[in-house]
Amino acid sequence: MVKQLLQTQNLSKTYTMGDIHVHALRGIDLSINEGEFIAIMGASGSGKTTFMNLLGCLDKPSSGSYILDEIPVHTINEMDLAQIRNQKIGYVFQSFYLLPRTTALENVELPLLYCRKCNLHERHEKAMHALTVVGIKDRAKHFPNQLSGGQQQRVAIARAIVNNPVFILADEPTGNLDTRTSVEVMAVFQELHREGKTIVLVTHENDIAQYADRQITFRDGRIISDKINPNPRIAIDDLAKLPRLDEEE
Amino acid sequence: MSVFGIIRIALKSLTRNKTRTFLTMLGIIIGVAAVITMLAIGQGAKKIVEDQVNSMGTNVIMITVNFTQSGSNVRQAAGSGNLLELADVEAIRNQVDRVLYASPVYNTFGQLKYEGNNWRTGVMGVDADYFFIRDMKVSSGDLFHASDVENGAKVCVIGKTVADNLFGDIDPVDKIIRIRNIPFTIKGVLVSKGQNVMGSDQDDTVIAPYTTVYARLLGQHWRNMMVLVSAQSKEDIPLVQQDILDLLQGRHRGTTSEEFAVRTQTDLADTANKVSNTLTILLASIAGISLLVGGIGIMNIMLVSVTERIKEIGIRMAVGAGKRDVMLQFIIEAAAISIMGGFLGILLGFGAAKVVGDIMKWSVAVTPWSVLLSVGFSMAIGVFFGWYPASKAANLNLIDALRYE
Repeated sequence: MVKQLLQTQNLSKTYTMGDIHVHALRGIDLSINEGEFIAIMGASGSGKTTFMNLLGCLDKPSSGSYILDEIPVHTINEMDLAQIRNQKIGYVFQSFYLLPRTTALENVELPLLYCRKCNLHERHEKAMHALTVVGIKDRAKHFPNQLSGGQQQRVAIARAIVNNPVFILADEPTGNLDTRTSVEVMAVFQELHREGKTIVLVTHENDIAQYADRQITFRDGRIISDKINPNPRIAIDDLAKLPRLDEEE
Repeated sequence: MSVFGIIRIALKSLTRNKTRTFLTMLGIIIGVAAVITMLAIGQGAKKIVEDQVNSMGTNVIMITVNFTQSGSNVRQAAGSGNLLELADVEAIRNQVDRVLYASPVYNTFGQLKYEGNNWRTGVMGVDADYFFIRDMKVSSGDLFHASDVENGAKVCVIGKTVADNLFGDIDPVDKIIRIRNIPFTIKGVLVSKGQNVMGSDQDDTVIAPYTTVYARLLGQHWRNMMVLVSAQSKEDIPLVQQDILDLLQGRHRGTTSEEFAVRTQTDLADTANKVSNTLTILLASIAGISLLVGGIGIMNIMLVSVTERIKEIGIRMAVGAGKRDVMLQFIIEAAAISIMGGFLGILLGFGAAKVVGDIMKWSVAVTPWSVLLSVGFSMAIGVFFGWYPASKAANLNLIDALRYE
């Protein structure tokens, strides 16, 4: 039996700007099971970013419920929400969001620093392990500005998985990367997925969404399609077909 | 998140911006150093005054005449009095309890001559007790004794300044100098005492038996006299002071207590202390202002730092930092800057105090409480001025912070 990881019911978000109410999300009912690789698609203004913010506990819904790993997150306070973000969710952002003048290793250690239950002594080991998983262990002591875009995104992925979250939330993770690097990053995600991680990927690129095995499309604050992708593309196979670039010098 | 962990994060982020951290610290460094140096100078000044007061002697009481009032309420100039007599000195010595020594003091001036050299200075006529009252000792030769006073011997002791000016390198002991052409044998040279509270040179003096001075130098009409008394202990001074006043009033009928001035060295010390305390407060408040300016510098930099690091704050919050964690981080950063600055300021303050002390030849003393004060103050400044930027950082909206460009 597949375990249900998260469930939203009638999840809505309304922004108020002066007298105008903007309905960014108009009642989303969605459930995601453990081990799924989901692509959330939609044009800009479709509400997918708002949905991602709610899913990632970065923002609170105006109405509706959101249950994550059996926790009703729509009811809990900000302080505990910080711990939910820390324990349950790993984030990967479009522009990496690594701390400048901070080594890759220290960046990966960051979530562990804010973790109440974590053993600080294992911090180093866990961070090194995460870097090994994404394949850039040898760049641990480098600063972000000494790394290529693809490498920076790998560091960001390592940071997302270091605390062993229940799911990884990636917001346009390939938006700032060239085609080959994008596919490389997708290969990392597929590898993590193969190991059993749940991944929610927000993208507006159809090509990228093809690597996921479930595709959800947003428009005007609503889900307009939710379909299983029977034959997801295999990133490693695609990588072999792509011409080599001198990017990883 | 443990506080210890946040301290680590805060220190790490300070070391990432070494120049900025140091420049911010500079305000506190200078402020703390200024406070410490100024207080040290104030303490040094106080100590000098204390030394000078102590150089007057131990438990000294000075009796002079304020003014005299002739029969019809006409007051004469201060010090013009002819009230005090040698008999009063005897009476004080014998009748007032807890008086250790008493000596009359006649002051006059005289031209001194030794071979080709001459020098003009004050000549004091005193009893042998005077040396004990004022705690005077000779560096060479001997003091004169009670027998010299009794006999009206033409002997004297001289201060170092006089010795230097009249004799140069020659040993003055047993030489004969002429004071207003009257020959006096020098029995000894006094140990140097330096300046007194009023700033005059205590070594520029000649001291001779009062009997000799009175008879040979002053003449019968001169009766302006001061009496110097030494009480047995510090605690006895007020009592002795009152007893002397009562005695003198009893001996001179029709006088009021206002006519006699019975002063002690504590009175002098109090006045001098008041001056040096005012000076210290003035200096310290100027230094305190610079410390305050340093604190505002911290707030300024921390505010800039918060704005500059909005994205960083967003990232930290996204990966699990709570409001409290962010708030603490920024407060600790501010506090660390001011504590480090305070520490460096103490070192700099010590150095500056030492340099000032060496240049001015003062015994400049850094007191532990001034160190405690400035460290406490700089810590308080760090937390106080760190609070506003920290709360600004902690209350940032997560999504706005993340999307901030």
